[in-house]
Formats: sequence, structure tokens, C-alpha cells
Amino acid sequence: MSNEWPLWEIFIRSQHGLAHKHVGSLHAPDAEMAIKNSRDVYTRRNEGVSIWVVKSADITASSPGEKEPMFEPANSKVYRHPTFFPMPDEVKHI
Amino acid sequence: MSSDRQLFDYLLRLGDSPLVLSQRLGEWVGHGPILEEDIALTNVGLDLLGQARLWYAYAGEVEARFADVERGEDALAFLRDSGEFRNLLLVERPNGNYADTMARQFYFDHWHWLLLAQLAQSRDACIAEIAAKALKEVTYHLERSTDWVIRLGDGTDESHAKMQAAIEELWMYTGEMFDADEPEIALATEGIGCDVRKLAEPWHRAISGVLAEATLVVPTATWMQGTKGRGGKQGVHSEELGRMLATMQTLQRSYPGAQW
Repeated sequence: MSNEWPLWEIFIRSQHGLAHKHVGSLHAPDAEMAIKNSRDVYTRRNEGVSIWVVKSADITASSPGEKEPMFEPANSKVYRHPTFFPMPDEVKHI
Repeated sequence: MSSDRQLFDYLLRLGDSPLVLSQRLGEWVGHGPILEEDIALTNVGLDLLGQARLWYAYAGEVEARFADVERGEDALAFLRDSGEFRNLLLVERPNGNYADTMARQFYFDHWHWLLLAQLAQSRDACIAEIAAKALKEVTYHLERSTDWVIRLGDGTDESHAKMQAAIEELWMYTGEMFDADEPEIALATEGIGCDVRKLAEPWHRAISGVLAEATLVVPTATWMQGTKGRGGKQGVHSEELGRMLATMQTLQRSYPGAQW
């Protein structure tokens, strides 16, 4: 399988959004072609103004097996959500 | 002063090459070497189809000025026979392998870009506007096909050999791109059309630079197809165009006036 092009993760900044957002992945021989292919695969309908590509192999992901120790502890700590502060009525847009 | 009839014929020349090439690229759908490339190539084809539509819409308007007909883009694309097509012989060449398809695209894109850059300055506002719009798309086409020629040329032994063979095989179809007949020269003199003879030198310089980078040898053969007023632009085509049109036109021929 070494003849196959590597996989790239594609991030696109849309017209409206501030941050690049993961949109999917594709194959390409190198970063430059990955950008070109992303342009053709993911921005055909005017979705983006900027593209980032990252080799999938370069992404380190959390392990699904560690879900409980990783995320469970945060579940029981409701006080971390800023919902206990009474807001004055005059303050809008919060 | 050139006539509307000449302008009409010139507009067909401008529209037929992108249409025919678009249909050729469409033949790759589902057969591309890799999914991403399949989509990318089809995008180029769709750009070219859009450009052909704009040229045909304008051609139809011009034709209505001197003939008692109203032919829209569908009639011009689907109801003309091969002898009435005015495209370059290069773009009707069959797809071959991927190197063949890229060589054809590479030769055409470089010429197309130079042509549109000139036409964007046309005294005919409609021509200038269509050319300016198409130029942006073709700038990307050019980048892509150039990139592929370099990658395949400067790639493996096999890709190098195939790319070199493709470059040589299609070379004899490049001369027609720079051959101008009288009506074309007349339109160029009036500042409406482009004198393609002047594009030969910048084209040759551009492709030579790319081929050198791709470790490919620039062909030196001098005999060219379709020049001296007997080529695709005058309606003298290879038999491959007829077969291609049969596929492309079958729906409109079988169900006249069919709409999506």
C-alpha cells in the first residue's frame, strides 16, 4: 500500500467564520497538491476563503478507550459553567 | 469593416474549443486515476462548458442580426454537425492515458490564457467581458496542467516516458493555434479579435521553460496539422470529432428540444 498517496485532513475558513473548521479528508502526493485538491473537492460551492491542510499521520488524537478518565470527571462539576451568576436585565448580548 | 457573419464565425471558434475540450474531459468522469483528480478534472471541464455557453449566447445574438434565425446555446452546441464546428484539432484529440490528457490540456491552457488576456482588451465590450471572466478560471487550469506536466515529467521513469511521448504525439496539433486566416486577421486589425500569430513566441517560451523543469525535451518537428487555412477553425476535422459529437448530441437529436 506504500504506493498510495498519503491522507490529508482539510480545514477551511468560511466567509463568515473566524476559525478554520475541519471539513473532511482527501489523498494527495504532497501539501501543495492537497491544497489544490481541497479547492476542487471542498470549495466548489464558494465555501471558503482560506485552506489549511495537515497530514493525517501528524495528528495525535485522544484515545476513545480513555474517554472515561479523560472526560467523565468534568461531568459532575456543574459549578464550572457560569450559569450561577444572576445577570442584570440591562446587560444584553451575553 | 468585418461583417456580423465574420464575427459570428469568430465567436464559434472561441466557443467550440472550450466546448469540445469540456466534453473530452467529461469522458474521464468515473475513470480518473484517483477520486480527487476525477473531481478536479471535471471542475476544469465545467469551467470550459460555462465559457462555451457565454460565447454561444453572444454568437446567437450576432447571428440574429444577419440571419432570420434565433439559435440559442443548445442549438449551437447540439444541432451542428462536425463540419460546422470551428474548434482547434488539438482539443478533439482522444483522451489517451493521463499524460496524453495532461499534455493536451497543458498546450491548450497556455495558449488559451494568452488568447484571453488579449481578448480581455477587445474593443467589443461583450468579448472583453467574457474573456476577463474566463481568464480567472484559465489561470487555475494553467497552474494545474503545468503542475502535472512537471510532476509526471520529473517523476518515475515510466511517468517520464509517457509524458515525453504525449508531448511529442500532440506537438503537430500546436501549429494550428497560431495560424490565422484572413477573417481572423481582419477582426484582429480592428481591435476586436486577437492576432494569434503573435502568441506563438510567448507560448513557446512559456512551455519550453516548463518542459525544461519537467526534464522533458521540447519537440522540434516542424510539420503541423490543420494550418494554411485547412484545419479545425475552417471546419476540417478528424473523424474522432464526429464520434464524440454523436455521443454528445444524441439526446437533443433523439428528443429535440428536451429540457432538464
